[in-house]
Amino acid sequence: MNVEQRYRRLYKPLVFLASLAPLAWLLCGAFGWFGAGLGADPVKKLEHEFGKTALNFLLLTLLVTPVRNLAGLPHLLRLRRMLGLFAFFYVVLHFTVYLVLDLELNFGTLFADIAKRPYITIGFAGLLLLIPLAVTSTNRMMRRLGRRWQKLHRLIYVIAALGVWHFYWQVKRDVREPLIYVGIVAVLLGYRWVRARAKATSSSGSATVPERT
Amino acid sequence: MTFRTPRIAPSEITPPEVFFNRRTLLAGALAAGASSLLPAAETAPSGAKLQYTRNAQYSVSEAPNKYEEITGYNNYYEFGTDKEDPKANSGSFRPTPWSVAVGGEAGVKGTFTLEDILKPHPLEERIYRFRCVEAWSMVIPWVGFPLSALIERFKPTAKAKYVEFTTLYDPHRMPGQRERVLAWPYVEGLRMDEAMHPLALMVVGLYGQTLPNQDGAPLRLIVPWKYGFKSIKAIVKINFTEKQPNTTWNLSAPQEYGFYANVNPQVDHPRWSQATERHIGAAFLAARRPTLPFNGYAEQVAGLYKGMDLRRYY
Ligand code: HEM
Repeated sequence: MNVEQRYRRLYKPLVFLASLAPLAWLLCGAFGWFGAGLGADPVKKLEHEFGKTALNFLLLTLLVTPVRNLAGLPHLLRLRRMLGLFAFFYVVLHFTVYLVLDLELNFGTLFADIAKRPYITIGFAGLLLLIPLAVTSTNRMMRRLGRRWQKLHRLIYVIAALGVWHFYWQVKRDVREPLIYVGIVAVLLGYRWVRARAKATSSSGSATVPERT
Repeated sequence: MTFRTPRIAPSEITPPEVFFNRRTLLAGALAAGASSLLPAAETAPSGAKLQYTRNAQYSVSEAPNKYEEITGYNNYYEFGTDKEDPKANSGSFRPTPWSVAVGGEAGVKGTFTLEDILKPHPLEERIYRFRCVEAWSMVIPWVGFPLSALIERFKPTAKAKYVEFTTLYDPHRMPGQRERVLAWPYVEGLRMDEAMHPLALMVVGLYGQTLPNQDGAPLRLIVPWKYGFKSIKAIVKINFTEKQPNTTWNLSAPQEYGFYANVNPQVDHPRWSQATERHIGAAFLAARRPTLPFNGYAEQVAGLYKGMDLRRYY
């Protein structure tokens, strides 16, 4: 197998299965399989776990480029779309748990929360911004949008920032964990910023063509 | 006195006879060392059995939450900030020996052993609603005695306008205190008339047995019409003061947690609504319920706050 084949036949399926593991584990908890459980408040547990998993996938997606550059693994890019789509998948589950299990489909409260509670407003903005990215994640859209595709997908930086901000704001008191996430996002975005500056100062400014992933 | 508890499905209410028979049965089975015969035995309390009478007058008719819900899901930052932490991290805590220092504007002051504190007070069981400021709720069978009866023994002076309680500070025994997530030790307080209200309960037991560590052993307060954080745990100090005490959550975020902290569906927390709550242990998609003014105890306590702007004094 050459590298292309290894990614297609091995790494991608493996990453796909691993990405489903958090969902599988929570399902085990919901049904009490393998001694797993969701504790005294299963709804909050699901809501929090899906939220955290969504954020983790956002960060993994952002990690691809730095690792690819620093470790010299150009093909890693082939995994990025899947990670990004899993981030979207878990945000949607997070939102669904909130709306269906937590609010019990009370749309009045949903709209009131979106309007009045800054942390929900921010989370909701993150969800909305992820939609165009998911929709334009196909190869066809990538080709069609060309240079604009890359510009559009820079929204992921904004979404990651909104995600950690949302996390930070919903915590009652103990902000240690969200602060760790803030730190990680700062490093991941800082890396882009430093690279962009280095590129800008080192003349050319030759735009990179979006790569097929 | 009866408590109106709307929107509770009849199927959810365990008649007290059934509930108590099951409990008595369980206790008997445990005593006989036959706990494994009963499937529910794993949920049985593990403390020492208490002598008490049941106070139906002060009990709600809703079914109490399961023992493992009450003891496995709560806030007690002294043992960690996750709701599973108190149970996980309090196992080795020893609430003995225990003493309580009484001071301030009182005629009787000094340090009392827990036995001194408890001796004169007959214990009673009261099934109270419990509402956390985080918008979840439970129904809990506490065992204790009226706070007013304890306070009377210390003969507070005319200057005593408030009573302040302090939790044990001992980072070796309470690992959560090694992190400065709150300004330790935890302090709570009540206005004197609130403290003397018959619903304010000093609690030593749960489900008929001594309090488990994670629920505030050996001595805690329960003020059922206020958000849970007012109901301070593991009390080592009672102080009578002229000025309103500086309470821990109020100090940590004054715009979010007031001194009064009365359950009030009309005054939202700045970051979430208090209009409804989710009842722990309720059926799937039937957990969200309207929050009641003063947590359903308005008839008894609303008079304490007559003329007060409850939006301002939240
Ligand atoms: C980019 C999108 C989002 C991300 C990355 C995200 C992530 C998170 C994270 C990490 C948490 C904390 C979990 C924990 O404490 O373990 C959380 C909590 C929460 N999120 Fe989101 N979220 C997003 C969007 C949303 C949306 C759209 C809503 C609803 C409109 C929402 C509602 C909530 C709620 C209600 C909580 C729990 C707050 C509580 O416990 O009271 N989130 N989210």
